[in-house]
Amino acid sequence: MIAEWLIIIFLVIGIIFNTLGVIGLLRFPDLYTRMHATTKATTFGSVFTTLAVIVYSISLYLSTIDSQFIVLGVHAFIAAFALAFTNAIGSHAIARAAHRSGILPSPAVVDRLKEAGR
Amino acid sequence: MIAFILTFLLSLFVYLVLTAGSGNIGLWSASELTAGIVLSLLTAAVARNFLCRARNYRMANPLRFLLIPIYVIGPFFLEVIKANLDVAYRVITLRIRPGIIRVSSDLKSDLGIFMLANSITLTPGTITVDIDEHTHDLFIHNINVGEGEEAAPVIRDHELFSIADLPQWIRRIAE
Repeated sequence: MIAEWLIIIFLVIGIIFNTLGVIGLLRFPDLYTRMHATTKATTFGSVFTTLAVIVYSISLYLSTIDSQFIVLGVHAFIAAFALAFTNAIGSHAIARAAHRSGILPSPAVVDRLKEAGR
Repeated sequence: MIAFILTFLLSLFVYLVLTAGSGNIGLWSASELTAGIVLSLLTAAVARNFLCRARNYRMANPLRFLLIPIYVIGPFFLEVIKANLDVAYRVITLRIRPGIIRVSSDLKSDLGIFMLANSITLTPGTITVDIDEHTHDLFIHNINVGEGEEAAPVIRDHELFSIADLPQWIRRIAE
């Protein structure tokens, strides 16, 4: 019963943050600010949907004692871990490539990277 | 030799986590254990010079490994939640002052800089765009540069985080 409520709460939080990511993609002005919305908010949302999967697998394991649900939970956990790592490295790579190829942040109060001549 | 053993143990650990629940010797079956040991030996033979390139075995201390989950679940997760709510607020109201700022850090080791840069990138509202290889300064795109921060040439790393002192935690883990 508690597990069901936890699953629903995690799914709702995840979907809210994923939706905010999409809205941010449509509303923000340039590449960098859009990346803030899409990569980060959607990762946070996806981590919460993965948490819902983990809670689901734990509750099923406790009621059935079937080891396949441990496998489900562990794999979902590793998926969340891999998602967090690849998101960090991927968004850093996109931002660096964009800046090196001349796409500057267009509304920007300061750009120290351009001043450093890199 | 130490590098070989460390790589072997790490890859065996990952294999055992991935195949947990396959049999009845502990949680694993005999065939999975054999395959895991053989594959880990192969991996260690190939990859030992990549994993331990710095020839620095500080991270072999298990206490440091235990600190990583505490760091991720505790201060880092709080910081991510706070920053997510902040970005959600900015998505709705569009009150942004974007800019790329230069952040200096006391961290010296490659792993420390790596963890700090990844922590900053995973925190919504900040992306590490580039790293100065010599001074280890980070160039960070911030969605909301604080008032007056655009005038300062360099910002200290702990000023980016308002709840917990993440650089101090990373120093405890990696240096």
